[in-house]
Amino acid sequence: MIDETTYAELREIAARYPEKRSGLLPMLHLVQSASGRVTPEGIEACAEILDITAAEVSGVATFYTMYKRKPVGDYHVGVCTNTLCAVMGGDLIFDRLKQHLDVGNDETTQRRPEDQASITLEHVECNAACDYAPVMMVNWEFMDNMTVQSATQLVDDLRAGTEVHSTRGPKLCTWREAERVLAGFPDGLADEGPSAGPASLVGREIARQRGWTAPSSDASGSAPAVAQTKVEAVQQADTSRAETETEQEKADD
Amino acid sequence: MTDVLTPVLTNNWGDERSWTLEAYEAQGGYGALTKALAMAPGDVITAVKDSGLRGRGGAGFPTGMKWSFIPQDNPKPKYLVVNADESEPGTCKDMPLMMATPHTLVEGVIISSYAIRAHTAFIYIRGEVLHVIRRVQAAVTEAYAAGHLGKDIHGTGYDLDVVVHAGAGAYICGEETALLEGLEGRRGQPRLRPPFPAVAGLYASPTVINNVESIASVPSIIEHGAEWFASMGTEKSKGYGIFSLSGHVKTPGQYEAPLGITLRELIDLAGGMRDGHELKFWTPGGSSTPLLTKEHLDVPLDFEGVGAAGSMLGTRALQLFDETTCVLRAVLRWTEFYKHESCGKCTPCREGTWWLVQTLAALEKGQGSESDLELLLDQCDNILGRSFCALADGATSPISSSIQYFRDEYLAHLTHGGCPFDPAASTLFAAEGASA
Repeated sequence: MIDETTYAELREIAARYPEKRSGLLPMLHLVQSASGRVTPEGIEACAEILDITAAEVSGVATFYTMYKRKPVGDYHVGVCTNTLCAVMGGDLIFDRLKQHLDVGNDETTQRRPEDQASITLEHVECNAACDYAPVMMVNWEFMDNMTVQSATQLVDDLRAGTEVHSTRGPKLCTWREAERVLAGFPDGLADEGPSAGPASLVGREIARQRGWTAPSSDASGSAPAVAQTKVEAVQQADTSRAETETEQEKADD
Repeated sequence: MTDVLTPVLTNNWGDERSWTLEAYEAQGGYGALTKALAMAPGDVITAVKDSGLRGRGGAGFPTGMKWSFIPQDNPKPKYLVVNADESEPGTCKDMPLMMATPHTLVEGVIISSYAIRAHTAFIYIRGEVLHVIRRVQAAVTEAYAAGHLGKDIHGTGYDLDVVVHAGAGAYICGEETALLEGLEGRRGQPRLRPPFPAVAGLYASPTVINNVESIASVPSIIEHGAEWFASMGTEKSKGYGIFSLSGHVKTPGQYEAPLGITLRELIDLAGGMRDGHELKFWTPGGSSTPLLTKEHLDVPLDFEGVGAAGSMLGTRALQLFDETTCVLRAVLRWTEFYKHESCGKCTPCREGTWWLVQTLAALEKGQGSESDLELLLDQCDNILGRSFCALADGATSPISSSIQYFRDEYLAHLTHGGCPFDPAASTLFAAEGASA
């Protein structure tokens, strides 16, 4: 429900930006935190605060994959099935979890009498933790180096209400609590968890062992043969998009 | 002679409470800011130009030159936007950076904003990384409390506000103009250029958009000097960069080295490929960069070297696959990803990626004929360069490069009546005998 407090917080988000419509993405995160999904009521509230139509808000809410129109469980469990994680085991993990939880993609478990929590299972795209593959995300916290066994244990623990920690973060909060942080209302847990996981540190450790460092401050090398003009820079840059830009500019000249 | 690995950005990762202001300042953090604030803004731009720093988000555009495009006679406010939407498959460097040392980024944001004379900056972080967002939020709060942000920073009269903005799940928002749309509260669909963001970006005002690693590199350039930065790397690709190894290698992870290191050297540092297996194919800079093979182990990983080998350096996201991996399965999965993430604005991308999936999916099942390979290449030809942004171009990269190097493997699916590979053999827990 969007109560007065939530209304005030939605306005507070809009006020962070030079133009209030910029607040819409975090505002929709707050709607999900308050209501468990993007509700028609939440859409109306955003539209009213931002002076735009409900259709414009809906257009945004349906574009981004983190916004859910159906109620989400206490824990959103994502399994990366983009190529690298899929090949390393993500496909097997996702298949196994669908069987184990008896749900399909983007579906939520039925609460059994013994359950303390419900789970929404979804396959997700690359979550920028490929050196920890296969990767899962619970409420968008990293669960690194997963196996079929650790994945089924994880969802069993979540359903049973057993305390579970992210491999690189705090004790897992609920999906709705997580959405509130994404809306820009910190939960004070930033100091939990390690500085980095082991894979993040492997290069640094090798450098330490072998005495390798960046050069000292007085180091100098050849002057960079970097482009001096925009056209040269675009030629050196390696996306075809940039190339298209140059062509466009030539046409403008 | 420069060392093989040169940890700068990664140097303090793993230190006790490295994400806090206290730990960062104990390592000399925010010293570069003091130095920069004593310089004229234009001199900061010159230093970054002279360093040879090129954008670390994939395209490799010279960062200092990008900053110099901001028209200072334009009366509108100037904005800095940090692209922290890291989503390119294989790319996993910015997230650990923001988790371990968010103040490196915040200090870079302040120096960069000062250089382009912006008084508001945004850090657009993809929404799917809760703890990373917590750490950056906390770092910004600490920086305000310490007087590094807000009004009259360090008593210089310079004001800067930073807003941490969480995205909501859209690969396309890594594209800079789609990111601006998301930041303006709209659907993330790329804009037609020109005008370029430097002239009319956020709120139609002059805007610089830089990747996290580019901005995080700025304090070190100011602290040690442009010449120091340029003492690392190769002729046209200067400095250090984080190389992210993932896949069938013994020790996947982050390796920070001068640009120009080779994959052979990196795999050697990582202890080799997993036991009993050999490298089959790899991406040099994410799935949007054409695949390379074991023939390319000695290609210098700089912008020019990888370009000459027919691919792109991209984000140095080195995804390594061994001989147990079916290249068609890998390519189909990436293609499904591009289809899912296409924003729908341009017809060649929206419809083309759909047809690519249909064609590849049939081939994977052993259906179709050899002429479907020509069909795929023809489809790619009708997509490449025909859309507003590079997503569509990237979607064709794995397909055309895999047909170039592994045509026989595509055909084997036809003669075999399906995939000849056992997917269980390529999993990490193959030895455990785990199966669904």
